[in-house]
This record gives sequence, C-alpha cells and structure tokens, in this order.
Amino acid sequence: MTVTAVEPELLTRITGDEKHSPSAYSTLDILWVLYDRVLRVSPETVDEPDRDRFLLSKGHGPAAYYAVLAAKGFFPVTWLDDLAGPHSRLGHHPDRVLIPGVEIGTGSLGHGLGLATGTALGLRAQGYDEARTFVLLGDAELDEGSNHEAIAYAAATGLPLTAIVVDNQSATHGWPGGIASRFVGWGVSVVDGRDHAALEAALLPRRDRPHVVIAVVEPKGS
Amino acid sequence: MRETFVATTTALLGEDPRTAVVLADISADAFAPAMRRHPDRVINVGIREQLMTGVAGGLALTGMRPYVHSYAPFVVDRAYEQIKLDLGHQDAGAVLVSIGASYDASAEGYTHQSPGDVALLDTLDGWTVHVPGHPDEVPGLLRAAAHHDDRVYVRLSSQQNGRAHPGTDLKVIRRGRTGAVVVVVGPLLDAALEATRDLDVTVAYTHTPRPFDTDGLRALRPAEVVMVEPYLEGTSSRIIAAALSDVPHRSLHLGVSRTEERRYGTPADHARRHGLDAAGLRRSITEFLG
Repeated sequence: MTVTAVEPELLTRITGDEKHSPSAYSTLDILWVLYDRVLRVSPETVDEPDRDRFLLSKGHGPAAYYAVLAAKGFFPVTWLDDLAGPHSRLGHHPDRVLIPGVEIGTGSLGHGLGLATGTALGLRAQGYDEARTFVLLGDAELDEGSNHEAIAYAAATGLPLTAIVVDNQSATHGWPGGIASRFVGWGVSVVDGRDHAALEAALLPRRDRPHVVIAVVEPKGS
Repeated sequence: MRETFVATTTALLGEDPRTAVVLADISADAFAPAMRRHPDRVINVGIREQLMTGVAGGLALTGMRPYVHSYAPFVVDRAYEQIKLDLGHQDAGAVLVSIGASYDASAEGYTHQSPGDVALLDTLDGWTVHVPGHPDEVPGLLRAAAHHDDRVYVRLSSQQNGRAHPGTDLKVIRRGRTGAVVVVVGPLLDAALEATRDLDVTVAYTHTPRPFDTDGLRALRPAEVVMVEPYLEGTSSRIIAAALSDVPHRSLHLGVSRTEERRYGTPADHARRHGLDAAGLRRSITEFLG
C-alpha cells in the first residue's frame, strides 16, 4: 500500500472531513516513511525486545499516526471510526496501554525525548545492538526545557538515538538560528518533510551518535 | 541508610542484569565503583532531574528495573509530572530512592527539604512507600523491589531508631489496655516510645505507610488513633479515616507542620519546632487523650 492510497481514505475516516488539522497532517509523510521503509517493527514483532522503537512525543493531533498504524495492520481499520468515543481505544492523545504498536502515551509535551533516551540506554545495556530508537517532536514542543536536558545528555554521551523534529514554524517565538543550532553535538539532516526519498535517506542510515532529522513542512496555518 | 542503599544496590547490579541505577550527580561518587563495573547500567545524567525520571521510564519500557536516586525534593517534587506520566501513565515501574527526608538538611534550608513527598505520591496510583526507621530495614526493602516491576518509593533518612523492625506489616511494639493506639511511621519510633513511656497506650510501628496495613490497625480495635509521621502532618488522615469508617473513633495526625520552617539549626531543632521530639509528641498526645 502506498501513502497516496492510504492517506485520503484513512485520514478522512478518522478526521471525518477532508480538512485535516495541520498538527495531524504535518507528520503523515514522515510516519509513512518510517513504518513503510525504516522501522524494524510489525504487528507480529510488536512485543519483541529487540524491535526498533518509535516514540511519538508530539502526541497531539495523532490522526496520521493512527492512520499509518491501521494501514500497517497494528489494529483494525474500524477503530478509526469512533475517535475519542466512549468505547474507543483511540483518544486525542495516544495511550500505549490501549493501542497495539504505540510505544508511549503522550500528550503533555516534552516527555518523549527523555523516554527515548532511557529506551536507547536500555536497549544498549541489554545488548540489543540492532535495535534503533526514534522519537518525533514538533518544533514548538522543543520549547519545553525538559527536551534540552535530553539533547545535552545525548550529545555528551554519544547516545545512538534519532530524533525527528517536524518544523512547521509553530513555535510562538520562533527559533533564532534555526532548530539545528539547538542540537549542539548532534548530527543534523535538514530535509523536505514531504519528500519520501529524502526522508528515507536521512532516516535509514544507522548511526552510533545522536542524530536529528529536521523535516521541514509548510508553515502552520498556510 | 545512604551507605546501606549504595552497598545493596551495588550488589544487586552484580546479581541481576535487569538492575539499573539512574543518578543526577547526587551520590555519584559513592556509586563510582559500581559505575566502573557496570558502565551501561549505572547512569549519571548530570543535574537533570526531569531527564533522570524520563530515562527511568524508558529503561523500564525495555524491561529493565531502574533505581532512581537523589534528594527528596529533586527526585519527587521537581519531577512530579515525569513521575506521573513517564512512569505511571506508561504503566512502567521504578524504585525511587530519596535522601534528605523532611529536614535532614536542616542547615541547607527549605530548598533541600521535602515534607510533602509522600503526599505528592498519594495523588498518584499504585505507589508503595517505604520509610525505613533503621539502616537494617533498608536492604530487604530494596531487594524485594528488584523482583517485580511496581512503582516503589524508598524514603531514606539520617534520622533513625535504635532497633530495626523488619517486615512491612503494622507491628505492635508495646501493648496498652485502653483503645488508644499510637501509630508511628519510620524514624520517629524512639521519640514516640519515649513520649508515651508511662501512658497506657498501644504503640504500633510501620516502615511501609503505603499500602497501609489497614487490617493490622483494625485488629487493634482502636477508639483513638494518633498517627505520628515524619512527613507532612495529615498525610495519612484519608487512609485512617477510610480504614476505620465503620468504627467510632477519634484521630489525631502529627507530622511536619505545613508552615515553612525558615530557621536553620540541626534536625533535632527542626523536630522540636514541629513538635516531633519526645516532649512535643507527649504534649500533643496527652492533650488529645485527655
């Protein structure tokens, strides 16, 4: 299944209309490339200890995340029809306890990078050297100070960790010097967040140091 | 207790490959030998307490058992939302181990004191709280926590009793003939025993206030309950009220005052000001029992 096949049907199904909120839509291509081309995880290996981990830190607007997980078979597509309903497992913020394939429950911003740091440390300590850890954040979410604790620590210790920052210029005061300047000591790739080949090229190589992929998409509200 | 914690946890690192220690510079020197032997499992993140708890959550999600350590105000108060979300909401566990307690750092001021830590954890689901009153009570608690994935808080103190009382249940230390029961948590036992030396009351002790041994308390058939706790006064009032909801009783809750203590001095000075020394406890208890 290609993203062009999955996208309109499933996203419409979960959002209920053709106008997707920017926070949901900004991540769609990144998520698709991750689950279709990069991550070593499937519905069959969702509990394997040495699977790749993808942590969605930016837990608001998870429609694209749910659509991709459903398209890849982590849960039935019918779950998309009752978002945040009284009997739904899918809320406006994802809950790992309720949804197969979801690694962390998020919504409050600034928690995913710390959890990803511990995940990468845990995988390394147990010798799961093939397993990679990815975490996706929004550019406004980077305003949370908790992220900077993790950014500095990962750089200082050379922790193998891949962060993805989707930049739709939603931070209130912007980022003088650009987002890359906040990741001192990290490898940096800045790519078009709609270009699947560019995203794959940035995400696929294994690196033994922290790396951030800044995925630039159209500005919020444009 | 701190030395006992370091020794026990260092031994656990050697015995159980699930064990990890997460530090934020506090006690890093004491763990240096352990860090040399287990560089992947003794993790010092620097002065970053939010990250310390997030790292613990991530480690737990990969199947490890993290022991997270700092001063009580940094490991609990500062990172409260990380404790709530990175552990509780993820359905992940950790063993938080604090030092400093309510006023061990009496000379350092309020920045290094946490009388409210147990009350904060009481707002969250599923925490076991241990408040040991003697160093010999510490190793068993830490070792027991290695064998499951629950959320555990171990509140270490430089204050301690003369004797250890192992076991997590409510233990009768001295039995009286009246219905008055003085329940003492952790390191305040000796002061409470001295305060009630010539009073006809039952004195019961626990180092595990959560989950509180409500069956043990009910078995004592108390008509009056005096809770003596080394943290914020009234922290256990909800628990005691629920435990005895169908039994006529009166209760008094003693602990660290809600008014910030801005003076310095020794822990003994602070205990006296909060009415938690033997004389202060006696005053409160005799006034209550009449």
